[in-house]
Amino acid sequence: MPAMTMVQAINNALREEMRRDDRVIVLGEDVGRNGGVFRCTEGLLDEFPDRVFDTPLAEGGIIGTAIGMALYGLRPVPEIQFMDFIYPGFDQIVSEAAKMRYRSGGQFSVPMTIRTPFGGGIRGGHYHSQSTEAYFCHTPGLKVVVPSTPKEAKGLLTSSIRDPDPVLFLEPKKLYRSSREDVPEGEVTVPLGQAAVRRPGKDVTLIAYGYMAQVCLDAATKAAEKGVEAEVIDLRTLVPLDEPTILSSVKKTGRAVVVYEAPRTGGYGAEISAILAEKAIEYLRGPIMRVTGFDTPFPYTLEDIYLPNADRVLSAIDKVMAF
Amino acid sequence: MVDALRVIRDDGSTDPRLDPKFSEDEAIAMYRGMSLQRILDNRMLALQRQGRIGFYGPSLGQEAAIVGAAMAMGPDDWIVPQYREPGAALVRGMPLKELLCQLMGNAEDPVKGHQMPCHYVYRKGNYLSISSPVGTQLPHAVGIGWAMKLRGEKKAVLVFFGDGATSTGDFHAAMNFAGVFRTPTVFLCNNNQWAISVPVAKQTASATLAEKANAYGFDGIRVDGMDALAVYRATRDAARKAREGLGPMMVEAVTYRIGPHSSSDDPSRYRDEAEVAAWQARDPLLRFRRYLEHAGWWDDAREARLEQEIGDEITRAVQEAERIPPPAVETIFADVYAEMPPHLQQERDAFLALPRR
Repeated sequence: MPAMTMVQAINNALREEMRRDDRVIVLGEDVGRNGGVFRCTEGLLDEFPDRVFDTPLAEGGIIGTAIGMALYGLRPVPEIQFMDFIYPGFDQIVSEAAKMRYRSGGQFSVPMTIRTPFGGGIRGGHYHSQSTEAYFCHTPGLKVVVPSTPKEAKGLLTSSIRDPDPVLFLEPKKLYRSSREDVPEGEVTVPLGQAAVRRPGKDVTLIAYGYMAQVCLDAATKAAEKGVEAEVIDLRTLVPLDEPTILSSVKKTGRAVVVYEAPRTGGYGAEISAILAEKAIEYLRGPIMRVTGFDTPFPYTLEDIYLPNADRVLSAIDKVMAF
Repeated sequence: MVDALRVIRDDGSTDPRLDPKFSEDEAIAMYRGMSLQRILDNRMLALQRQGRIGFYGPSLGQEAAIVGAAMAMGPDDWIVPQYREPGAALVRGMPLKELLCQLMGNAEDPVKGHQMPCHYVYRKGNYLSISSPVGTQLPHAVGIGWAMKLRGEKKAVLVFFGDGATSTGDFHAAMNFAGVFRTPTVFLCNNNQWAISVPVAKQTASATLAEKANAYGFDGIRVDGMDALAVYRATRDAARKAREGLGPMMVEAVTYRIGPHSSSDDPSRYRDEAEVAAWQARDPLLRFRRYLEHAGWWDDAREARLEQEIGDEITRAVQEAERIPPPAVETIFADVYAEMPPHLQQERDAFLALPRR
């Protein structure tokens, strides 16, 4: 079983799905000859010269034409080079792709997976670092998926491409090459809508996704040194959310820390907090804490200060444990 | 008034180089399609004023540019509408009653009351669902054509849009992608001179809209949009070229929105009645009728019969549609996703469990 980075695992998933299903089309800026600026599509043009397209530089055009392909029955996988560049295609995503099934009474649908790198940690300044999943999670009709390991990136991307609805597949750049993991060749799927318990624990539940899941694991290791057993939940799919896994964990631990790198106000973790407050308040032994980015644009020089790290998560754990 | 391709002359004769040489049946079918659109519009505007439908967007003046173009496409081709083309949906076989149910948003509305009136869809006729934002359908038509090309199918896509849409980013992206990938897309611009209250002269500094196509590497042609045969001929030729792999084309149908933008609009606030009257004198239905009469296929008696027949059909469809109740409340939650996710099931069940007041 080959050890792969997340980039290689994504490439492997795309290649295998393109081999399996000739309706799968890859398009986007620099995805062909250059193999994508992060190399996620490397070599696909050589193997599938008629199904991989370098497009003009227009996100609205990439998403809009991919929607057309999906309406016709293909399975396009457009890439947006950075999530920070997605907004020229925002209207096509939220007003068109997400609403097509509803507005046509089920006559038309858009089975399309938009891949885009997101989040901080690569010294990209705010136009190559933002984490704006909340805009999309607020849109009924879209699914939003965030992997945090190479193997699961393959499994989740495969499931996304096969999904009958539009999926926004957010790839945490910080994790693209940060580690390797054995990834099986051939069929690997991870069902959408299921969270994973990354580390069991009885004292406090840490809830995160993407790179922050890794940060929470680091925090849990440090907390264990102080005798606090933290359970780490990696959401993996933000929409639809796996509520039962979160609720059963928090009902067990009685404490919750929600961690996301996006700006604090209106972030997706706020929704998690609200769900816990509504459905698990009688189990809570302390306030639901959030550890997040700041309500500022994403900074360049002080990136490491902006991004939540294990120590900030630990402070929140201390606070909720001491309540 | 218009420097553009024309087929039907003022006396009803045709330009022999461009005449599509319709049979009597074909010609009458086109006239029927336009008449149906006209009579439907007038009836629906009246129904809206009586509060029997919530909203309506008429196509008055644009019948030739809509029906003429739609009839130029083959049954396997796709039509991607803007929002002023119910005439095209009817050409594709959408039953009148189904269209009425959409306007009323009732239990048999194909979109289950999810959208405002006039947001038709007709999958069986390859007629795409409608969006209110302007121009967003243009890249879809390019993607659909691109998919046809990738599948090696000799088909084409007709996409409708207006003069206002040519200002959008989606227009630019769609035209550019269509040119680069040579998709079989026919861009049919209904230049009706007005985007609600903004005249085309304030929309663009281009002398024509058709010339924009040149910058994207393909041809644009300007046709008299009040002349159904001219629209038909240009669209048919563009679609044939597209199916043969010769790439996209833009057709600018120069026409006029004789009515309001919608039932919520009062055009007297922004335009001169004299301008409307001048265009009304070029009514596309009168023009086509002169052509039919010149060919010896039409007279007052046939006209009266047709009006009666269409009027009765609409009356029947209205009566049938008005008997249908509103959609069941749980249809609010239908068709968000292929499979209803747990959070939506929870919302639905919690709502349905509430005491009904």
